[in-house]
Amino acid sequence: METNGIVINIKNLKKSFGSAEVLKDINLQLGLGETLVTLGKSGSGKSVMLKCIVGLIKPDSGTVEVLGRNISELSYEELQYKRKKIGFVFQSGALYDSMSVRQNLEFPLIRNSKLNSDEIDNRVEEVLNDVGLIDAIDKMPSELSGGMRKRIGVARTIILNPEIMLWDEPTTGLDPETTREISHLIVRMQEKYKVSSIVVTHDMICARIVSDRIAVLKDGSYIKTGTYSELEKTEDEFVRSFFEEV
Amino acid sequence: MEEYFPKSLNKILVEIWGLYNFSVRYFREVLKPPYEVKELLRQFFQIGNKSFGLVSITGFIIGFVLALQAIPTLEPFGATSLIPAMISIGIVREIGPVITGLICAGKIGSGIGAELGSMKVTEQIDAMEVSACNPFKFLAVTRVTAAALMIPLLIIYADTIAMLGGYLALNIIGDVSLTLFFSQIFDTLTYEDVIPATIKTFFFGFTIGIVGCYKGFNASRGTESVGIAANTSVVISSLMVIVWDMIAVQITNIIF
Ligand SMILES: Nc1ncnc2c1ncn2[C@@H]1O[C@H](COP(=O)(O)OP(=O)(O)OP(=O)(O)O)[C@@H](O)[C@H]1O
Ligand SMILES: [Mg+2]
Repeated sequence: METNGIVINIKNLKKSFGSAEVLKDINLQLGLGETLVTLGKSGSGKSVMLKCIVGLIKPDSGTVEVLGRNISELSYEELQYKRKKIGFVFQSGALYDSMSVRQNLEFPLIRNSKLNSDEIDNRVEEVLNDVGLIDAIDKMPSELSGGMRKRIGVARTIILNPEIMLWDEPTTGLDPETTREISHLIVRMQEKYKVSSIVVTHDMICARIVSDRIAVLKDGSYIKTGTYSELEKTEDEFVRSFFEEV
Repeated sequence: MEEYFPKSLNKILVEIWGLYNFSVRYFREVLKPPYEVKELLRQFFQIGNKSFGLVSITGFIIGFVLALQAIPTLEPFGATSLIPAMISIGIVREIGPVITGLICAGKIGSGIGAELGSMKVTEQIDAMEVSACNPFKFLAVTRVTAAALMIPLLIIYADTIAMLGGYLALNIIGDVSLTLFFSQIFDTLTYEDVIPATIKTFFFGFTIGIVGCYKGFNASRGTESVGIAANTSVVISSLMVIVWDMIAVQITNIIF
């Protein structure tokens, strides 16, 4: 269904909130099986862009094509169908407070797959092993640390085997070791399931490990794209500022 | 001042339009499978359980006080035997539904508004949406249905407790047998009293549920919006309970 190996194609995307122009002119393409890292300062609209891709936020103008279809032209049912193929890892984790970890993970599975209850149990344990948190299976979200919540959020997203993963700052606020673990998880996902990913971050450890390509967002549009080693050598002050943090 | 008025009017109209659309979506989705039966039952239990104590106490006190107030007025005429009839009509037609409705608006409306508001603010509703689980179905349809069915039950229960309260009050001035008391009540009450009063409680329940869900789903960003969602849910649903009641009385008077 992809057009020429492009799974996400964003053209001239604009979005303002009130008088604040957050996204001015976003053009971005994500290739099949590619992991694209997006760098940008806090408040630059990275989360807004990801939410436009899954149709949580309606763009003011421009088009977002996912797997060959323009998101804003889909009916609610078609959009839901498309969303099954997209995994979204929320910056905040967004775990369901009133449900245990197990119920959190079962939630999308029960509603979107035809697995029986044994298969669901197995799948839940499998993804919890993937994120290294099998012991937390019967805990409530309020009993988990910030990093653990984040990893459960990741587990809940990969459980549906999406074709596209959108990671909103998957490693921010985690210690370096967990950061590496999550980063390697992103790489493993790519290798194991051939997913295509957009990873929003300002964490350069993560960016170095996962990126095939990096796109730098500034003032509402992309100013530079390239591989990690290309951008590392660039003269541009703004781009350099990310690398100097390491 | 001139600018202020149209703006607030505009806000009210936008609100009404939003609520209307939310209700339309409810009716479109309520009968469409798959059904969230487990969550519906959980909400039933939650709503009933959470308000049970409060409704019992207020129901009892209302009946008790109503009878107590009537005694000094009717006693000089030797008409205390009319009290069961009098309070039963007052309670069933008006006081039971409205007071219990208002209490449920406070207790259940704020609960739904706050819970869904915080789910919205912490992106849990968005998370359901993007994992292709319809949050409207799981969260709103279940809560509204539970409220629309449970609140009438709570009101019927409160009416009963209120009459027991009235019975106890009458026992203070003299012995009244419980069977006599209730047979007097059943002799008095007609379908015209009971049926319209019961029908309007479904509207109360539905309104309380739908306003709470609407406010929760539309909470804006930031934690203070949770409080705002809870608060406006109570204000709007209380107001609407009163408005429904007024409309119901008018319609009842026309029909009967
Ligand atoms: N739903 C919304 N309504 C109004 N304003 C919004 C909304 N979502 C985002 N914004 C605004 O858009 C801007 C960009 O927000 P966004 O969350 O995308 O930033 P970000 O790049 O993800 O930052 P961070 O790295 O801190 O997560 C912010 O100024 C924010 O206040
Ligand atoms: Mg963000």
